[in-house]
Amino acid sequence: MPHTLTISQLTDKLAQGELSSREATQSCLDRIDAVDGQLNAFLSHDPEDALAQADAADAARTGGKSKPLLGVPIAMKDVIAVNGHPLNCASKILGDFNSPYDATVTEKLREAGAVVFGRVNMDEFAMGSSTENSAFGPARNPWDSDCIPGGSSGGSAVAVAADECIASLGSDTGGSIRQPAALCGCVGLKPTYGRVSRYGLVAFASSLDQVGPLTKDVRDAATMLGVIAGEDKRDSTNVPEPVPDYIAALTGDVKGLKIGLPKEYQVDGIDPEVKSATEAAVAELEKQGAEVKEISLPHTQYAIATYYIIATAEASANLARFEGVRYGARVDGASPEKMNRATRGAGFGEEVKRRIILGTYVLSSGYYDAYYLRAQKVRTLIRQDFLNAFKEVDLIASPTTPTPAFKIGEKVDDPLQMYLSDIFTISCNLAGLCGISIPCGFSVSGLPLGLQLLGKPFGEPDLLRAAHAYEQATDWHTKRPEIG
Amino acid sequence: MREDLQHAVKLARIELSAEEEGRLGSQLGDILKYVDKLNELDVEGVEPTAHAVPLTNVLREDEPRESLSHEAAMRNAPKTSNGLFIVPKIVE
Repeated sequence: MPHTLTISQLTDKLAQGELSSREATQSCLDRIDAVDGQLNAFLSHDPEDALAQADAADAARTGGKSKPLLGVPIAMKDVIAVNGHPLNCASKILGDFNSPYDATVTEKLREAGAVVFGRVNMDEFAMGSSTENSAFGPARNPWDSDCIPGGSSGGSAVAVAADECIASLGSDTGGSIRQPAALCGCVGLKPTYGRVSRYGLVAFASSLDQVGPLTKDVRDAATMLGVIAGEDKRDSTNVPEPVPDYIAALTGDVKGLKIGLPKEYQVDGIDPEVKSATEAAVAELEKQGAEVKEISLPHTQYAIATYYIIATAEASANLARFEGVRYGARVDGASPEKMNRATRGAGFGEEVKRRIILGTYVLSSGYYDAYYLRAQKVRTLIRQDFLNAFKEVDLIASPTTPTPAFKIGEKVDDPLQMYLSDIFTISCNLAGLCGISIPCGFSVSGLPLGLQLLGKPFGEPDLLRAAHAYEQATDWHTKRPEIG
Repeated sequence: MREDLQHAVKLARIELSAEEEGRLGSQLGDILKYVDKLNELDVEGVEPTAHAVPLTNVLREDEPRESLSHEAAMRNAPKTSNGLFIVPKIVE
């Protein structure tokens, strides 16, 4: 069953000639046919195109080529441009948009030999924590189809956890890779802001967005990051730091690594099972020689308010481009303004409207200083909290989410409650850090739980090393849901 | 919906049904009340952060290079004619 393999397992078998990329790709396609009717992870996929890429990879391998992802099927969140394929951001407003170019991350996957196939479901324009905001219907948690898979990269997490692909790319603006990874039981890595090019990623909040992998284990996350990271002249916010060998960071040795536990993260509303699983995971790292100490992040309680001002302000500017003229759907109107209004009213879903209006409000004349400028200043304080903490510790540990996956429909009428579930993931984006979620247990009702580790800017090697060391001592990441 | 929020809706160019306006109005009111907690903090003298990575003035050489063809750039437009985007009449 090649679709169940990790990247490293699959590339070994491909190298030894035990398996072809065509067989692996066909196995993923068959898996999608078997389970995706229930899960709704894939918005579309093109089997013929996928198999043609697989055949090309097999031919390259026969010709002596070796590349890090040669012949590995990777599914893409519907917010990343793939030349010649639809791109909808799970929104109606893009109509029958078809990408005229590849995102930089797509190009890099292709250069590494990957079979880039399938667009996976998400919250519309990456706004949401449950994938319920998709215009194409919610994706479902493979561990319990009555539950949400998390979001916004919910389709990516479902596709990986349900073995419909080998790995997937998602995007993370306030937790959108880590949170669904935690709720579906896979690994989700948000790289440091500027580590991975955003060229060809449809912008939600430009100072917070980052592309990253969702994978079946930590080694695969390291492999994927090594492929997609690096300088890109087409993204002026991309940082020209050299890309280290992330696989070499996986030494299994965490002796002397200092891990901080923020005392402000002991908030009400953390599920007791989540709390004890996180404590057990930290104890395991301590057993392996890591030093654990309490730290303080005094401005934690202001992070969500700060985020929902900055992210919505940036979104209101970025989403102004969807006006019914240059691309996407249009609803006719008697004047350009009436056409814009009708198009945006019909094309955007309710969460996107809510955020654009909020963002427009906080940027508007008379409110700019009170909301937007103030939030940018509080962002400085939040960032300083982390930079101070990182003088004392190498990593920060917490639960990824306060609770396991909740039921579909449970929070849709209360957006503020939905936002509050992002408490542990959001600061990472505001402060420009890197973060990872790895499986660390299950609730009594059988839902996955995630441990989050946060690292310094460009501290991915330490982050991956600790995550890998934990994973080596546990088998949570090898558990798979029974579907159907 | 509050008048100040109605103004934002107008600026954002989003048509709302009466039902949406009622629901969004009360939800946005709740969210604005929540974010008011930032007023508890003294931010006097704190520099704003627009961007977590301190990069400034990233420039490249201004040289002609290959870009999207006219056809590829236009192909997703809802309405075109003679290689131009068509919009509703602006001047009566």
